[in-house]
Amino acid sequence: MSDPGHPVDLSALAADDPNPHAGDPTVNTTATVTTRTPEAIQAGRIDPVERPRAVLGCTDVSVYYGDFRAVNEVTMDIGVHEITALIGPSGCGKSTVLRSLNRMNDLIPGTRVTGTISYHGQDIYAKDVDPIEVRRRIGMVFQKPNPFPKSIYDNVAYGPKVTGMKTSNMDDVVEESLRGAALWDEVKDKLKQSAYGLSGGQQQRLCIARTIAVKPEVILMDEPCSALDPIATARIEDLMMELKKDYTIVIVTHNMQQAARVADRTAFFTAEAAEGNGDRTGHLVEFDLTSKIFSNPGDNRTEDYISGRFG
Amino acid sequence: MTALTADRVGPPKPLATAAHGEKGLRSMAFLIALWLCLAFGILVLAVLLVTTFLDGRERMDSGLFTNYTSQIAPETAGARAAILGTAWVILTTALMAIPIGVAAASYLEEFASRTSRFARFVELNVQNLAAVPAIIYGMLAAAAAVAVGIPRNTVIAGGIALALLILPVVIVATREALRAVPQEIRQASLALGASPMQTLSRQTLPAAVPGIATGTILALSRAMGEAAPLLLLGGLVFVKFDPNGFLSGFTTMPIQIFDWAARSQVEFQQLAASASILLLVLVIVLNGLAIVIRNKYSAAR
Repeated sequence: MSDPGHPVDLSALAADDPNPHAGDPTVNTTATVTTRTPEAIQAGRIDPVERPRAVLGCTDVSVYYGDFRAVNEVTMDIGVHEITALIGPSGCGKSTVLRSLNRMNDLIPGTRVTGTISYHGQDIYAKDVDPIEVRRRIGMVFQKPNPFPKSIYDNVAYGPKVTGMKTSNMDDVVEESLRGAALWDEVKDKLKQSAYGLSGGQQQRLCIARTIAVKPEVILMDEPCSALDPIATARIEDLMMELKKDYTIVIVTHNMQQAARVADRTAFFTAEAAEGNGDRTGHLVEFDLTSKIFSNPGDNRTEDYISGRFG
Repeated sequence: MTALTADRVGPPKPLATAAHGEKGLRSMAFLIALWLCLAFGILVLAVLLVTTFLDGRERMDSGLFTNYTSQIAPETAGARAAILGTAWVILTTALMAIPIGVAAASYLEEFASRTSRFARFVELNVQNLAAVPAIIYGMLAAAAAVAVGIPRNTVIAGGIALALLILPVVIVATREALRAVPQEIRQASLALGASPMQTLSRQTLPAAVPGIATGTILALSRAMGEAAPLLLLGGLVFVKFDPNGFLSGFTTMPIQIFDWAARSQVEFQQLAASASILLLVLVIVLNGLAIVIRNKYSAAR
C-alpha cells in the first residue's frame, strides 16, 4: 500500500493496461493461477495455457477460531478479471476463506490466520498492513442485503465519503456506481428515498453499487443470491458477468448451477473429521477451470458433490 | 404414502377439548386477576393526581412562575427560583452524563474485548453504581466540590451528583440501543473501508439514537424529581434570586416542595401541591418527548 491516502483506480488501470504493474517491483508478476496441490500437479490437471495474472494468492492458508482449525492449508490463486467460485457443503470453510481474503474475519475475536494471503505479492496479514486499506481494495457483498438505514443516494455516497476519495462531483459517482450495478434506471427518481423501500434484489444491487463506488479491485460475494428469488438472482448473475470486465470477483455459492453459469474457475471445498477430536476441518479438494470441474473432475469427492451424491 | 395413512383408522381426534380451551374457568380467573392488578395501579395513580390537583389548583397561577418564595407572605410566594434552578441543574446533569455515558457504553459495546479484565472491571462497576443509594452520590459530590474548592451548594455540584446517579442508566440504555443495531450494518461499513471510529460515529450511533434518547430522557426526568442528594449538598430552600451560572447557588423543585410541605401554613401546603403538579407535568412532557423522538426516528428508517 504505497499510497494509502489515495485509493487509486486500480480497476481502470487494469482494464487499460494488460500488465500495469510491470514496473512495480513489489508486485509478483510471475504469479499464476494454479491448483498447487501435489495431486493436481501429479495428475497434470493444471491447464498450461490459461494462466492469467493472479490478484490474490493463498499459500498454505489455515484459519483458526480459537483452538479450532476451521480451514486447513488452502493454496489457490485468484486470477484477474475472473469470477472464481468457492463451492462445497455447509461447514467446509468456504465462507471462512472468503472472509480471510479481505480481513473481515479479524472482526471475530479469536480468529487466527496462518500461511500467506498476498495481494499483488504483498502479504495482507503483514504487521504494517492496515486492514482498513485492505478492505478498501477488496470489497465485500454479503449474503443478506444489508443497506444502511439511509437514502439510496447516501448508501452509495457513504464509501467514497469515509474513505476520503477525491471526487469532483459526488452526484456523478453515485450515478456511475448505480449504473454499474444496473440499478440506475429503477431508482434515479427516488434517490433521496430510504433504501429499505427497495425490493430484496434491488437492495442487493444497491449493496453492489455501494461496493463499486469505492472502486475496489476485487469484490468478494458471500452467497449474494441466497436470499433472492430466481429472477433477482438472474439479474445479479448478469451483473456479475458485466462487472468482471472491470473487477475480479470471488463468489461463495451453495448453488452449483450458479457456479457453472458464471464462474471461470471453481474451487471445491469439503470438510473432514479430524482423527483426534472429531472437529470438522475444511480443506480445498480441487481448484480448476469451471468447465473441467463440472465435466471431468479430478477427484471422486468433487464428482460425488456436483452430481448430488452428498452435501 | 401408505406408511403415512396406514395406522390412521377412523376419524382424527378432535383438536379442542374443554379442559384446555382458551375460555376455560382458570384462564378467565387469571385474566380477571390481571385486570384487577392493572386497575389497582391506575386507581392509585388517579387518586394521587386528583388529590394533588384539588389541593394545588388555587395556586396554579402566574405567581407560581414569577414570584420568589417568601417566609412572611405565603399567599404571594412562588416557585420561580426552584423552576430555574431545576432547569440549570438538569442542563448541567445532561451535559455531563450524556457524553460520558455514551462514550463509556460505546467503549464497552464496540471496542472492548469481551474477555478483557479492564472491560469486565468497568462493567462490574457500572452495575454497582446502579445499586448505590442516591444520597451517597450527594456525599460524593459534596466531597468532590470541597476538594476542588467550590462551595457544595452550587449548580455544578448538584449536576455532578445527579449525573453520577443517572450515569448507569444512560450507559445501560446506550448499550442496549447499540446492541440492537444489526451486526450487518457494522460489517457493511467496515467492508467499505470505513474505520471502526467512522463506523461508530456514522452508522452505529446514529442508528442507536432513538434508544439512547429515550433512555437518557427518562433518566433525566428521574433526576429532575430527585431530592435526596441535593438536600445533602445543602441545596438552599430559601432562594430569592435567579441562578446565573454553574457556580451559582440554587434550589430545585423537589427541594422547594419538601420545604413547603413541612411548613404549617395551609398556603404553603397548597403551594407544595401546585408545585408538585408542575413537576409532574414537566416529567410527563419529558417522557412524551422521549416517545416522540423514538417514533420520529423509527419512522425515518
